[in-house]
Amino acid sequence: MLDGRGAIQHRAGPRLWLSALWLGLLVVLALGAPWIAPKDPLAQDLMLGRLPPFWIDGAEPGYWLGTDSLGRDVLSRILWGARLALTVALVAGTLTCLIGATLGLMAGFLRGASDLVISRLVDIWMAFPPVLFSILLVAVLGPGLFSIIAAIVLIDWTRFARVVRAEAMTQGAMDYVASAQVAGRGRIGTMALEILPNVLPTIGVLLTLEMGIAVIVEAILSFVNLSISTDAPTWGGMIAEGRTSVHQAWWVLVFPLLALFLTVLSFSQLGEGLKDRFDPVLR
Amino acid sequence: MTEIYRVEGLHLSLADMTRKPLLGAAPRIEILKGLDFTIPRGAVLGIVGGSGSGKSTLGRALVRLLEPSSGSIRFEGTDITHLGEAALRPLRRRFQMIFQDPMSSLNPRHRVGGIIAAPLRLHGFDDVAARVGRALDHVGLPRGFAARYPHELSGGQRQRVGIARAIALEPEFILADEIVSGLDVSSQAQVLNLLGGLVRDLGLTLAFISHDLSVIRRLCSRVIVLYQGRIVEDRETAALFADPQAAYTRELLDAIPLPDPDQPWT
Repeated sequence: MLDGRGAIQHRAGPRLWLSALWLGLLVVLALGAPWIAPKDPLAQDLMLGRLPPFWIDGAEPGYWLGTDSLGRDVLSRILWGARLALTVALVAGTLTCLIGATLGLMAGFLRGASDLVISRLVDIWMAFPPVLFSILLVAVLGPGLFSIIAAIVLIDWTRFARVVRAEAMTQGAMDYVASAQVAGRGRIGTMALEILPNVLPTIGVLLTLEMGIAVIVEAILSFVNLSISTDAPTWGGMIAEGRTSVHQAWWVLVFPLLALFLTVLSFSQLGEGLKDRFDPVLR
Repeated sequence: MTEIYRVEGLHLSLADMTRKPLLGAAPRIEILKGLDFTIPRGAVLGIVGGSGSGKSTLGRALVRLLEPSSGSIRFEGTDITHLGEAALRPLRRRFQMIFQDPMSSLNPRHRVGGIIAAPLRLHGFDDVAARVGRALDHVGLPRGFAARYPHELSGGQRQRVGIARAIALEPEFILADEIVSGLDVSSQAQVLNLLGGLVRDLGLTLAFISHDLSVIRRLCSRVIVLYQGRIVEDRETAALFADPQAAYTRELLDAIPLPDPDQPWT
């Protein structure tokens, strides 16, 4: 009766490796920014304003990706900006996931009163336009790392709650739930041990997507100067600044934009790639 | 005690959510309309009926996945009709269930070994690994299958895992709800032979729900025929097949394709 069904291997596509590679590199660079960054990200030198990147004539050695209008090194600012972007992605993404997924699981599996309360809350929450809501929150709370994270968690938990609730409802109708009841397992135990493992791949994909979204939200907030203090290096702030001088110094806009784009893309691809690689159920 | 189940005046109604008004309670549909029967110890009871006759609802009430609205279900003399989940827990080891669709009843993210072991751990058995191995032996699966996931098994193998999970607890009663309807004919035969053998060897009492009388005829000593929530016939299998009383039973018998149309059921 032994056959080949147990021996089927899962392929890991290039998207998992490429996205993991970029994010891994970014984490190392962000952690090592104080040592790796070639210049002080805040040091201004008006004599060295708008220097082009190293391969264009007129570049100054040491300023690899050029400088902005105040003579600040673009590469160093991107590296320091990555620290904030990744901190927000990890902390805000994880907190949003924990809160949203727990509420969604309760609403979808326990149903009844908990579903009624949580679902109505989600409906009301989602009636607010998210970007305005986050700007309002940060404006009220005052700029700062805590405010950015609080704004993301408060707004985006509904994303997890809704998807996880729907998934938990589908899983709750499966016979293995009835089977757990026949075996004498309680509701909470069934939720944690039977439903959760089946919802986990979805949660994982959502989590990495949420980390990408957190990076974008942080960039939006710093774009409108509502992130951390105004002179701190942030990707959003650099993009805002580069936008005004795009015809004189395109590199101030393009490089942070590229970093932002690759990071968000990698987060979203990482989730899908991890699911393909580690989900034991072939879909 | 010669009877393992005694069911008296069993009514069961469920809320009809599709006709629920905006405010107020949903109207209830009565699914079981007063059933009386007993299941003797060691019997293999067939429960047949067309779709919508209430046979699965009756089965789920017997293992208390559903709560009856009135009447009583006694299991080994204990009234389990309205027992709460906590009070049922110690009894749950003694009545088990095998589900219709093993793809749905086996958690796709647990390994076969874990699926069989989970109820054993819940009921505080100590030598769990040895019992899992014995259960796999009983259903004729290699012990190495414990490390596999359900999607790595064939339909018949999955249903054997469902059986292994039920018998691992050494219950007195097992409810089998349409357990072969999703299998091809040769797998059906294998699973039925296996089940018949286990009932003999382990001294089980079995209730076997099916819409297929030829399956019932092969396995069961006694048959209950349900029609629209009522029992229309409750007799020994041989007597029922020789001389069906209710019109509905004759209809069911006539619906079975026979190799020779003129051959009588004897």
